[in-house]
Amino acid sequence: MAYSDKVVNHYENPQNVGSLDKNDPQVGTGLVGAPACGDVMKLQLKINDDGIIEDAKFKTFGCGSAIASSSLVTTMVKGKTIEEAEKIENSLIAEELALPPVKIHCSVLAEDAIKAAIADYRKKRGEA
Amino acid sequence: MSVKLPIYFDNQATTPVDPRVLDAMMPYLTEHFGNPASRNHAFGWAAKEAVEIAREQVAALIGASPKEIIFTSGATESDNLAIKGVARQYESRGKHIITVQTEHKAVLDSCHALERDGWEVTFLPVDREGLVDIDQLRDAIRDDTVLVSVMLANNEIGVVQPIREIGAICRERGVIFHCDAVQGLGKVPFDVVEDHVDLASISAHKMYGPKGIGALYVRRGRPRLRLRPLIDGGGHERGLRSGTLATHQIVGLGKAAELAAEDLVNGGIDKVRALRDRLWDGIRENLDEVYLNGSWEHRIPNNLNVSFAYVEGEAMMMGIKDIACSSGSACTSASLEPSYVLRALGVGAELAHSSIRFGLGRFNTEEEVDHAIGLIVEKVRWLREMSPLYEMVKEGIDLSSVQWSAH
Ligand SMILES: Cc1ncc(COP(=O)(O)O)c(C=O)c1O
Repeated sequence: MAYSDKVVNHYENPQNVGSLDKNDPQVGTGLVGAPACGDVMKLQLKINDDGIIEDAKFKTFGCGSAIASSSLVTTMVKGKTIEEAEKIENSLIAEELALPPVKIHCSVLAEDAIKAAIADYRKKRGEA
Repeated sequence: MSVKLPIYFDNQATTPVDPRVLDAMMPYLTEHFGNPASRNHAFGWAAKEAVEIAREQVAALIGASPKEIIFTSGATESDNLAIKGVARQYESRGKHIITVQTEHKAVLDSCHALERDGWEVTFLPVDREGLVDIDQLRDAIRDDTVLVSVMLANNEIGVVQPIREIGAICRERGVIFHCDAVQGLGKVPFDVVEDHVDLASISAHKMYGPKGIGALYVRRGRPRLRLRPLIDGGGHERGLRSGTLATHQIVGLGKAAELAAEDLVNGGIDKVRALRDRLWDGIRENLDEVYLNGSWEHRIPNNLNVSFAYVEGEAMMMGIKDIACSSGSACTSASLEPSYVLRALGVGAELAHSSIRFGLGRFNTEEEVDHAIGLIVEKVRWLREMSPLYEMVKEGIDLSSVQWSAH
């Protein structure tokens, strides 16, 4: 498999790897995928009272494209409002990274991770 | 000494052509370019003589007689010719074949093709070590069983099957026995007479010969064994494989076979084994939760197949891009399914996704192995720091208790 330069860049220099305190009420955690399928993404968003995403961290078990998709997503959501982040679609991620068709599911997973993290945050706030 | 990068550790996929092999081949492309079937001039005679020497070299590697060697385009063709050729010839005897779940696709898909023609195929399971159960194989033989096909050594995990015992059972029951010997030649002893093999597939490019050339051993003598050819034409190779012989390729195969046979007696293969063992020791001593796939004891000396838990195989290969190897991860296949070989051993999907195959070879060095160990250890640690699974396990979470969202 040949990788796009963007995938290689994100893979070699992944942005925002790490974890936030999952018990912090301002932190929403999304854990998507399954080990048996070969990819699991954990995306954490720290959201302030104005609904703006102040920080984002990820950890990913998956191929290079999955790691790159997660890394990219953390850079995309930072500074955005929840509503803006929710609108990020997988096609945008796939396009930005020039993912080949067999890797589209990585971008789908990254989109799911954003949604899951936001849902977790809302649940914590009693909004869901 | 500095190491030249990238390092080639994928010798089960293919091997470089040995310079001695290339030297032997070259004159047959230029000076001695004749057609071995040209019986009436010196160009033809020279080519013919070279082909017959190669036939002897190949025969000597497996304990056969030269007349029993049929040249093909490679082991894929040899497997097809053996399985379909027997099936078409012996249809009236019965329509049942026995093979194993971990065989190469060339064998499995030849069998699937026959299934579509009304044949029944038993795909025997293997144990956790990757070995077939002899008693299960014996019990699977029926009155209408025509052929048993079991490989010598597996291309992914290198596990060596008990060929001699299987051969003895087949001979006793009057069933034809085909063995895909590709990955085992020059690595472990193999003798068609002692192992009671009727048909054996050989490929040059897995033993430092060129791609696109192979052979099928077809036993002669009693009981008589006949095959229906797949390719019709000028009647070359006892009518079993028509087509002008690729002299230079055949010469390459012959020389490769000669060198492979020498490897077994002159310590060549022991050197490769030492490198393989050094690699495994270096990995095990520096990393926890690394798992060997397949039997250690019954294994070709050049193969190492390891799962690095919590690290996905393709991401791993990207990390160690200076080392050419391969992975059983789904992400490296078009099907998005992890290795069917590892699944047949009962390796969990998660560890199958984390597997890497290292295939050591004749031209690897200790320096390369040491460099590789350093890189592997560094990248596994780095990827584990990035792995949510590793983090969860360190927090004491049992991964099997988690409700994963399948996608
Ligand atoms: C066990 C086994 N059988 C058959 C083949 C096919 O050989 P060839 O590439 O010569 O067609 C291979 C190589 O991929 C192999 O490893």
